Amino acid sequence: MQDKSSEGLAAGNISFRYGKSADWILRGINLTVKPGERVGLIGPSGCGKSTLARIIAGYERPLEGEVLLNGSPLPKKGYCPVQMIYQHPEQAVNPRWKMEKILCEAWTPDAELLKDMGIEREWLKRWPAELSGGELQRFLIARVLGPQTRFLVCDEISTMLDVITQAQVWEILLKAAERQELGMLVVTHNMALAKRVCTRIVSLPEINGAEYR
Amino acid sequence: MGNKIVQEKENVPVLSVEELSVSFNMYQKGLRRENLEVLHKLSLSIHAGEILAVAGASGSGKSILAHAVLGILPGNASTRGRMLYKGQPLTEKEKRRLRGREIAFIPQSVDYLDPLMRVGRQVMGVRGTKERQRELFGKYGLEEGTEKKFPSMLSGGMARRVLIASALMEEASLIVADEPTPGLSKELAEETLQNFRELADAGCAVILITHDIDLAFRAADKIAVFYAGTIVEIAPAKDFRAGKEALRHPYSRAFLEALPQNEFRPLKGFQPYAGKLPKGCLFAERCSERSGMCMGEIPMRKVRGAEVRCVHAR
Repeated sequence: MQDKSSEGLAAGNISFRYGKSADWILRGINLTVKPGERVGLIGPSGCGKSTLARIIAGYERPLEGEVLLNGSPLPKKGYCPVQMIYQHPEQAVNPRWKMEKILCEAWTPDAELLKDMGIEREWLKRWPAELSGGELQRFLIARVLGPQTRFLVCDEISTMLDVITQAQVWEILLKAAERQELGMLVVTHNMALAKRVCTRIVSLPEINGAEYR
Repeated sequence: MGNKIVQEKENVPVLSVEELSVSFNMYQKGLRRENLEVLHKLSLSIHAGEILAVAGASGSGKSILAHAVLGILPGNASTRGRMLYKGQPLTEKEKRRLRGREIAFIPQSVDYLDPLMRVGRQVMGVRGTKERQRELFGKYGLEEGTEKKFPSMLSGGMARRVLIASALMEEASLIVADEPTPGLSKELAEETLQNFRELADAGCAVILITHDIDLAFRAADKIAVFYAGTIVEIAPAKDFRAGKEALRHPYSRAFLEALPQNEFRPLKGFQPYAGKLPKGCLFAERCSERSGMCMGEIPMRKVRGAEVRCVHAR
């Protein structure tokens, strides 16, 4: 039987810097997200929140330390149970793919989810450049809610949405999180939002051995 | 409507927009094309010393307004209506002459930075000086080495500050800022708005498109709420600070209810798609006060010192 203590998405002793002679951005970071837990990650602009989010989601390799999912490294092939939603949706899509292909890259969301997300049928035939940031972000959220997703890394995902859409999107995300017992890492600058959606809040500068300047 | 506002105040607005409509020509099947109107007869004006915050639904046409003022809409867009800059018609030729000089733009996406140019160089642009660039970087807390970096080496918040710095290189009379604060920490966002306040107090007019409405309430003079390509309410910022009861349009009130620091309660439904707008009030479908009167043409009218597009507003 699997050891209960290794359950979850764990960043162990992570250190990172961009380039060999640059200053360390992250030093000796330890952070674990358990299933069903929603951890808010806060800190000033430029302190390494997005970098840590990318490392935990497996998009960046740490120079030291490792990221473990239930005790083993993230799978290199197939659907990754750790999915990420980005701050700038326009940079997270292939501009030469139509929205339908982008949406259904990893799984096919059902009509009900699209309706809940307020995604219009017409939008499926459009190019990413023909949608607003808020419209685009709803696609990017729908595309990661596949049944195999266990953890979501959310990097400032609702700053470009109006507050009503923001509240709608979080209602859907929290419902999905409950249904699939998702663990979430939520990067945000909005304390009021973090208090609303997270089960605990971590300040990055407080767990970071690197000096933030 | 813009004319009336001009007559009320003696000074000429820095920018007045009168009955502006914008539509996009888009391909449907094969060579069949469709004209999609995304802004419908929009009127507003802004005076020197004012900050007008533009809030509203994502995709309600806020950025399109900004792009129309700058003259940087894509080639398949066509516009109707009139824009005046300091009382003179703002033609496409005038826009080309003024933008980057008297009209400054802070774009929404950090994609607008040239990925292959070091940020110090691109902030200087064609006419800027090294001294001014360093002064601005210092003011926005971008440390010395930053100017030598490429955009991909910056964090989201740093890239924002670079965009703001590049807009302030020259002395502008009108600043159009499209979402300048997302990705900035609370302190930096407040400081950025404080900078806009100082620019406005020095005689600049600022159009601030933003979702951080709690911040906008504090820095702005007036707030325009957009919905499905129209303005549903233009009210003094103090009414938004005062709370729901002071507001006139049900959509503006729903905005306050959805804030995480308030109820965090989302209004059900979505704004109608530009291709299939309902008759009458565009908000009626989501409105709890809907009645037969909402099916006709809904004009903008004055209620308690503000303008609102709702027949029920008191």
